[in-house]
Amino acid sequence: MSDIKKFMYVNRTAPYGTIYAWESLEVVLIGAAFEQDVACAFIDDGVYQLVKGQDTTELGIKNFSPTYAALGDYDVNKIYVEKESLEARGLTIDDLMALKYEDEDDDWAEKDSIHVVTAAELADILEQQEVVFSF
Amino acid sequence: MKFAIQVNEGPYNHEASVSALNFVRAAVDAGHEIFRVFFYHDGVNNGTRYTTPPQDDINIVNAWSELAEKHSMDLVVCVAAAQRRGIVDEGEQERNGKDGNNIAPGFRISGLGQLIEAGIQSDRLVVFGD
Repeated sequence: MSDIKKFMYVNRTAPYGTIYAWESLEVVLIGAAFEQDVACAFIDDGVYQLVKGQDTTELGIKNFSPTYAALGDYDVNKIYVEKESLEARGLTIDDLMALKYEDEDDDWAEKDSIHVVTAAELADILEQQEVVFSF
Repeated sequence: MKFAIQVNEGPYNHEASVSALNFVRAAVDAGHEIFRVFFYHDGVNNGTRYTTPPQDDINIVNAWSELAEKHSMDLVVCVAAAQRRGIVDEGEQERNGKDGNNIAPGFRISGLGQLIEAGIQSDRLVVFGD
């Protein structure tokens, strides 16, 4: 496959309660092997997926949140979090995991993967995508 | 136009399967190509031949199988999602030491790469689910 498409994974659900978030992350990780131009968006309750310090011990459910830290190694480093969704839930970027990647075009400098964007900005970003997965 | 279809919900519990069926039928009738239908999350439950709805209800699984046969349509069930939910073909039966299999005619079990490939190869990916 020669052509590279702009792939967007839109994550809308809380990390636990349903399996959508975890199985979405599995698609992102598998998809990384196809070397497409990948971005992720986190909106609505999906912003909870990136909250740091998740502890599922009492739930008896696997805590998969450490996996997000690996996204940078898979060249998944365009992660957009909707500002309005954070604010509606009393969250700020400081409540989220500090996801980083090493920029090969900038002497492997460590950079932040997460960008907080407004709903209007996210709409523009979505408009530019060619393949949009919705979870 | 070439479509890839993703079905994220099980039949009967959610309208997504029937909506996807209707969309696929309409697309084919209008002369479009369905590159692949990929079943993910509880959508894998569309692919078990053990489904036995009441006689006055539509058999969604059979409807998919008939579509697959009529149009040589590629119906792919995600292996990781299938393993979690007990959807098994002969290969999976052997690999995981199960005492039977339940995959419906026209469906096959394969990896998530098939979904990504469908996104790359098709003009549009249409997702059915919540």
